[in-house]
Amino acid sequence: MAWDWQLFCKETATGEIIAGCFGKGGDQTYLNWILSAWGWTLTVALAALVVALLMGLIMGTLRTLPNSPWLVRLGTAWTELFRNIPLLVQIFLWYFVVPAIFPALNDVPSVILVILALGFFTSARVSEQVRSGIQALPRGQRYAGMAVGFTTPQTYRYVLLPMALRIVIPPLTSESMNIIKNSSVAFAVSIAELTMFARQAGEETSAPVQMYLAVTVLYAISAFTVNRIMRVIEQKTQVPGFVAAGGMGAGH
Amino acid sequence: MGNLDLTFFDWSVIGPFVWKGLIFSLWLTVVATIGGVILGTALALMRLSGKKWLEVPAAAYVNTMRSIPLVMVLLWFFLLIPFAIGRPIGAEMSAVVTFIAFEAAYFSEIVRAGIQSIPRGQIFAGQALGMTYGQNMKLVILPQAFRNMLPVFLTQTIILFQDTSLVYAIGAYDMLKGFETAGKNLGRPVEAYLLAAVVYFFMCYALSWIVKRIQQKVQIIR
Amino acid sequence: MKKQIVLAAMTAFVAGGAIAQSAVDKAKSSGSITMGVRESSGALSYTLGDGKFAGFHVEVCQRILAEVEKQVGKKLEVKYQPVTSQNRIPLLQNGTVDIECGSTTNNATRQKDVAFLNTTYVEEVRIATKANSGITNIAQLNGKNVATTTGTTSVQHLRKHERATGMDFKEVFGKDHADSFLMLETGRADAFVMDGSILAGNIALAKNPAEFRIVGEVLNVEPIAIMVRKDDAALKKIGNDTIAAMVKSGDMAKLWDKWFMQPIPPKNTKVGLALSESTKNAWANPNDKPMEDYAKK
Repeated sequence: MAWDWQLFCKETATGEIIAGCFGKGGDQTYLNWILSAWGWTLTVALAALVVALLMGLIMGTLRTLPNSPWLVRLGTAWTELFRNIPLLVQIFLWYFVVPAIFPALNDVPSVILVILALGFFTSARVSEQVRSGIQALPRGQRYAGMAVGFTTPQTYRYVLLPMALRIVIPPLTSESMNIIKNSSVAFAVSIAELTMFARQAGEETSAPVQMYLAVTVLYAISAFTVNRIMRVIEQKTQVPGFVAAGGMGAGH
Repeated sequence: MGNLDLTFFDWSVIGPFVWKGLIFSLWLTVVATIGGVILGTALALMRLSGKKWLEVPAAAYVNTMRSIPLVMVLLWFFLLIPFAIGRPIGAEMSAVVTFIAFEAAYFSEIVRAGIQSIPRGQIFAGQALGMTYGQNMKLVILPQAFRNMLPVFLTQTIILFQDTSLVYAIGAYDMLKGFETAGKNLGRPVEAYLLAAVVYFFMCYALSWIVKRIQQKVQIIR
Repeated sequence: MKKQIVLAAMTAFVAGGAIAQSAVDKAKSSGSITMGVRESSGALSYTLGDGKFAGFHVEVCQRILAEVEKQVGKKLEVKYQPVTSQNRIPLLQNGTVDIECGSTTNNATRQKDVAFLNTTYVEEVRIATKANSGITNIAQLNGKNVATTTGTTSVQHLRKHERATGMDFKEVFGKDHADSFLMLETGRADAFVMDGSILAGNIALAKNPAEFRIVGEVLNVEPIAIMVRKDDAALKKIGNDTIAAMVKSGDMAKLWDKWFMQPIPPKNTKVGLALSESTKNAWANPNDKPMEDYAKK
């Protein structure tokens, strides 16, 4: 068996090789399929990233509030709940268990559920980063805000968050890369993304090596691109002369 | 709880399905942590050695592993290991090898950050006392670095434990698989997922509580 | 340098077939043989939990391995290795399993990579649906959510059907049959298209089996067979001889009754799948013809 890359030009139903490799008029080649799978991976990952950043920012901030023990508890409960259950199990919770309790959720498309599951899971990690970012700031900053007569929201808006958010950008880089990789579990509930493509097309074509290789390269390109984008953001937003304690993070 | 039947939550009924998977998940976590830390420390030392021929391959390995999803790495290793070593290997063994190789990349980053967190003055102090590179690492830098790293280390181990649920991709029997099989064979699949979530939550929550305690204990106060 | 290692590994993989030894010789020297089994392939092959496996094909394989034991003249340790539809062929090729006793369709593509024993079971692809859904044939599935399992021929089959008839299914994919069935059970899918025995087996294990029904025309006929390595003529001969002897003695029909008509563990439910004409035919005329030959008829 030679390296048969023509495989990707095959029509997925008839098995015919299509010239130019892109199917027309309802035909779909494996190349069409893998590109659409890549699209799904990126869609799920980017949408989940938005959810994760938003919820993570809110919950992480709540956890540092000075005089609101219940809001602190809410933030902590959220974080502990979503980071102590494996992502795969969380996806099944959203897909099968929650709709069994609230039948209305049965009609929500699975892609929305996956985005929420992946987003909430990651938001717990983001919340940890945001909290430690805020806590890494010298206490004097908060007092300075109070001293000039700021309310708590104002202190956060004008003093603490602008600094803290810049500190957490490096750990968020790895979270952004993680979210692309973690989107690979979405196929468990029927999202036609890259890992699902690898498994199904690998079986149909009996050429798993080529299929895995193509999928792996696409994942690597995606992760690398995100890494570069975040690096640019990091440089643009750096606070001159301020070096926060080196961030170490666990994750996948 | 509407349509859920919680009488299913009876350990004597589902225990036989879950127990074996739980043991495997824990065993995989422990072995992969130990293996990953050893290999990861080696990779980190290679990357910090200042010698290009050690740095480049180590960096390439770490960055490649860190940009591919664990599920794909599992599938790859399952396909390729038998050809690399020339004899068959079971799904469970394949999972162990994959996890060690995969986690090493993450542990190496933690070790590297830990070593870099030691102020340069400490290294110079060691050198000033006439220590060799090895003595300096062993007596001055690594003991402090490991203390700094410990919490992140343990957090990574919790993540690793959660990730053992992904071994279904190659047909290994872990804790989640145990719950799924129990649910299927006892006609309570939805309840099984809920119970799995509850068990995972309490295990990981207890572990992260322990991590927090350790963190407070070992912190080096400067 | 890393690239070269990867390349070398690839070449080794592509060159493939490094294991040319028959499983029978291997069993003789190592004292063990590995059976590939499925976690939940209906009554053909499934787990009882705790590392135990059972089912129609598992029992046929146990008879075959008993015969292998006789031939090598010593007690063999039989290992059970759960496989999935994605990895069963690579695992057989690379020697992780020696004989696969699950629910693999014998088709021309797979015959390039592996060998099949004579067909022991002819599968009919059917539609399972909720009894109260009102669905009775495939035409009614137009625009509906249709579940099937990632990595099976049914996925491709549905796609071909859509192309041929201009219908549009909203396909949902489970990571395994149990998950696909769960989609039907929880209302995420209106139908589950899969091999009849898998459907029957999953229905038997359901919370309320009376809620489900297998309906409609037979969508496809597929010979299901036990797999061995392509070059393993020795094991193939023992396997086919054992199967022929079992058919002749009536043991095969007894096994069918045991697994498909009588209550089976762990819940003592019945699958209720009567022996079909097409399966009887395959037993009467032993052959390892691929699915494509059935379609021509």
